[in-house]
Amino acid sequence: MLQEIGTTGQGDLIINVGPQHPSTHGVLHLVITLNGETVKKVEPHLGYIHRSIEKMCESLTYRQFIYSTSRMDYLSSHINNHGCALCVEKGLQLEIPERAKVIRVLMDELTRMASHCLWWGALAMDVGAITPFFHAFREREMLNDLMEETCGARLTMNYMVPGGVMFDLHPNFQKRVHEFIKLFKSKIDEYDELVTFNPIFIQRMKGIGFLSKEEAISYGCSGPTARASGVQCDIRKLYPYEVYDKVQFDEIIETDGDCYARYLVRMKELKQSLSIVEQLIDNIPEGDFQAKTKAVLKLPKGEFYTRVETARGEFGVYIVSEGGTTPYRIKFRSPGFSNLSALDHMTRGQKIGDLVAIMGTLDLVIPDIDR
Amino acid sequence: MDTTEFLIKLILVISVFGISLLIAMYSTYAERKVAAFLQDRLGPNRAGPFGILQPVADGVKMFMKEEIIPANADKFLFIAGPSLMMLTACMTGVVIPWGGELTIGRNTFNLQITDVNIGLLYIFGVVSIGVYGIMIGAWASNNKYSLMGGLRASSQMISYELAMGISIIALVMTTGTLSTKEIVEQQSSWHWNILYQPLGFLIFLVCAFAETNRTPFDLPECETELIGGFHTEYSSMKLGFYLFAEYINMFISSAILATLYFGGYNFPFIESWGLSPNAVTIIGTLLFFGKIFFFIFFFMWVRWTIPRFRYDQLMNLGWKVMIPLALFNLFITGIITLWRNGAF
Repeated sequence: MLQEIGTTGQGDLIINVGPQHPSTHGVLHLVITLNGETVKKVEPHLGYIHRSIEKMCESLTYRQFIYSTSRMDYLSSHINNHGCALCVEKGLQLEIPERAKVIRVLMDELTRMASHCLWWGALAMDVGAITPFFHAFREREMLNDLMEETCGARLTMNYMVPGGVMFDLHPNFQKRVHEFIKLFKSKIDEYDELVTFNPIFIQRMKGIGFLSKEEAISYGCSGPTARASGVQCDIRKLYPYEVYDKVQFDEIIETDGDCYARYLVRMKELKQSLSIVEQLIDNIPEGDFQAKTKAVLKLPKGEFYTRVETARGEFGVYIVSEGGTTPYRIKFRSPGFSNLSALDHMTRGQKIGDLVAIMGTLDLVIPDIDR
Repeated sequence: MDTTEFLIKLILVISVFGISLLIAMYSTYAERKVAAFLQDRLGPNRAGPFGILQPVADGVKMFMKEEIIPANADKFLFIAGPSLMMLTACMTGVVIPWGGELTIGRNTFNLQITDVNIGLLYIFGVVSIGVYGIMIGAWASNNKYSLMGGLRASSQMISYELAMGISIIALVMTTGTLSTKEIVEQQSSWHWNILYQPLGFLIFLVCAFAETNRTPFDLPECETELIGGFHTEYSSMKLGFYLFAEYINMFISSAILATLYFGGYNFPFIESWGLSPNAVTIIGTLLFFGKIFFFIFFFMWVRWTIPRFRYDQLMNLGWKVMIPLALFNLFITGIITLWRNGAF
C-alpha cells in the first residue's frame, strides 16, 4: 500500500482518511483520491477491528454466542441479540411467552431511538454543528439509564436469551419510559428547529450522495439508506417477527435518494419508534418473561436463517448446525458492510466535505462492518 | 516628544497589549462557558472558583506539552508561521480608539496609541499579512491535510477581504476619512454608522466571521474533514499561538465592528447627563468594551449554533453574493452621497 500513498502522477492527491480520523467514527480507513477538493475515488480498507466473531462463535454454545454479538453493532446490541435469539428459537422450534415478545419489541424500539439519537448528533457534528451532539446525548442518556435498570448494562446489553429475556422488567421501567416519551416528543421538534430546517444544513444535504433505487438494491443496501432511495425493505413490515404485526406503524419511504432523504427517513423513524413504544408500554401482558428451556441447548441438524431490522438495516443470522451444542458455522449479515460498499459510488465527483456528510448519513458503525 | 508623553504612550502600549492578551485569554474561558450554557453542560469549573483560573491552567498545559517538529517540515518556516500569526494579531490594536480624552493635571491625552490618518488602511494591511501566518505554517508542515487547510485559508481570506474592503469603501465615502478616531468622533451621540450603512455592516460582519476563521467559515481548521487543517502538525505553544491568535483576532474584529459601526466609545445622550469630561471618557471606554463583549458573545453564539458551509459553497457565497452586494451597497452609497451634496 505504500506505493499508493503520494500522488497518482496526474496531479491527484491521495489521502489516507483514517484509521484515526475524527469523522470516520471508528477505525475505518479510507484511501481517497482527490483532484483539488473533488473526490475521484474512495477505497475503504477494512479489518482494523476484525475480531473473528463468527469464528469465535463456532466454539461457543448457543447460549454463549449471543454475548459476542453485542460487540458487533454496539449501538443496537439489543437488536443483534434479538436476531440471534430468534434464530436459535427457530432451530429449537420454541414458542416464547407473549410478555417476552412485547418486552423484546419495546427494547428494540428504545434501542433504535437511542441509536438514531446518537446518529443525529454525530451527523450534525460532522457537518460542523457541535451543539446537537450534546442535546442528543442528553436524551440518549435517559434511555441508557432505563436500560441499565432493567438489563444491568448500558451498551452491551446481553438481555435477550433463547426463550425470552434474561430478567423481568424493572418496576420503574414503565414510569421512566412514560417520562421519556413525554420529554422526547418536545425534543424531536427542537431537533427539527435546530438542524432539519437550517438553511446551511439543507444546503449541505440536498442533492448530495445520490443513490438510485436500482443501485441501492444492487449494492445490497438496507435500512434507512435503502428506504431513502425508495426501496421497501423494512423487515418489521415485510417479515414481521414478535408483535410487529400487531402494532401500528408506517414504513418510512423517501424517493430522493440523497443525504437529506436519508436524514428525513431516520428523523421520521424516530417518531414511528416512539409511537410503537407508546402503543406497547401500557399493554405489556402478564406472564412469564422466559420460556422453559433445557440447560443445554442442542439445535437439530440443519440450516437456520432469521433476520431483524436494526437501526442500520437488515441484520441476518445464519446458523449451520450439525446437531451438537455449538454451531458448525455462523454467518452474520451486517447492514453496515453493504451500505459502506455504496460509499465509493455515492462520493465520486462530490467534494471532500460531502464525503463526511455522506458517511454521516450512512450511519456506519465500524465493528459492525468488520465483525 | 517629551518624557511625560513618552511615558504615557508606553503605559498605553503596554496596557493595550496586556488587555488584548487578557481578553483573548478569557475569551477562551468565555467560549467554553457559552458553549456549555448552550449545550446544557456546566463547562470548566475545577480550576479556581467557577473555573476562573482555567485559562491559566490551559496556558501552563500548552507550555508543558512536548514540542514536536515533524522530520520533513521546514523548521524555520514552521516556527515563523505561528509567530507571524501572533504578531499581526497583536498589531491591529494600535489604531483603535479605546476612549476619548483624559485630563490628568495639566496633561491631556488620548486613549489611543496612535491616530494615523490611514488607520483603516493600516488595519487592512496588517490583517492581510495574517493570512501568511496560516499559509506559511500550513505549507511548512509538509502534511497534506495542512496543505489543504492552508489553501482553503488563503483563498477564503483573500476572497472575503475583497467584499470587506468594498463595504469599508462605502463607509469611507460617508465619513470622508480613513482615521479611526475621526470616524468615531463623527458618530457622536446617536449618529452611529449602522444607521447609515446597515447593508455594509451586514457584509462586514459576515466577512469578519470569515476573516477570523470562525464557524460557519471555519473551513481552514474543519476538524471533521481536515483533522486540524493548517495546524494539524502543530503542538505545544506553537499550536497555542494559533489558537490564541484566533481569539485576539476575534477581540480585535469585535473592536473594529464597534468602532466603525456602533459608535466606538460614544453612547446616545451621554453629554446631557452633566458629567465631568473624565467621567464621560471612562464611561465611554467601559461602554466600548461592553459593545466588544457583545460582539464576542455573538461570535460564540453563532459558532455553537449552526453547521459550517462546504468549501465551494463558501466561495460561491463570497464571490457571487458578498461581492455583488458590497458593490451594490457602494453604488447606493455613492448616489446618496452625491444627492446629499446637491449633485442632482
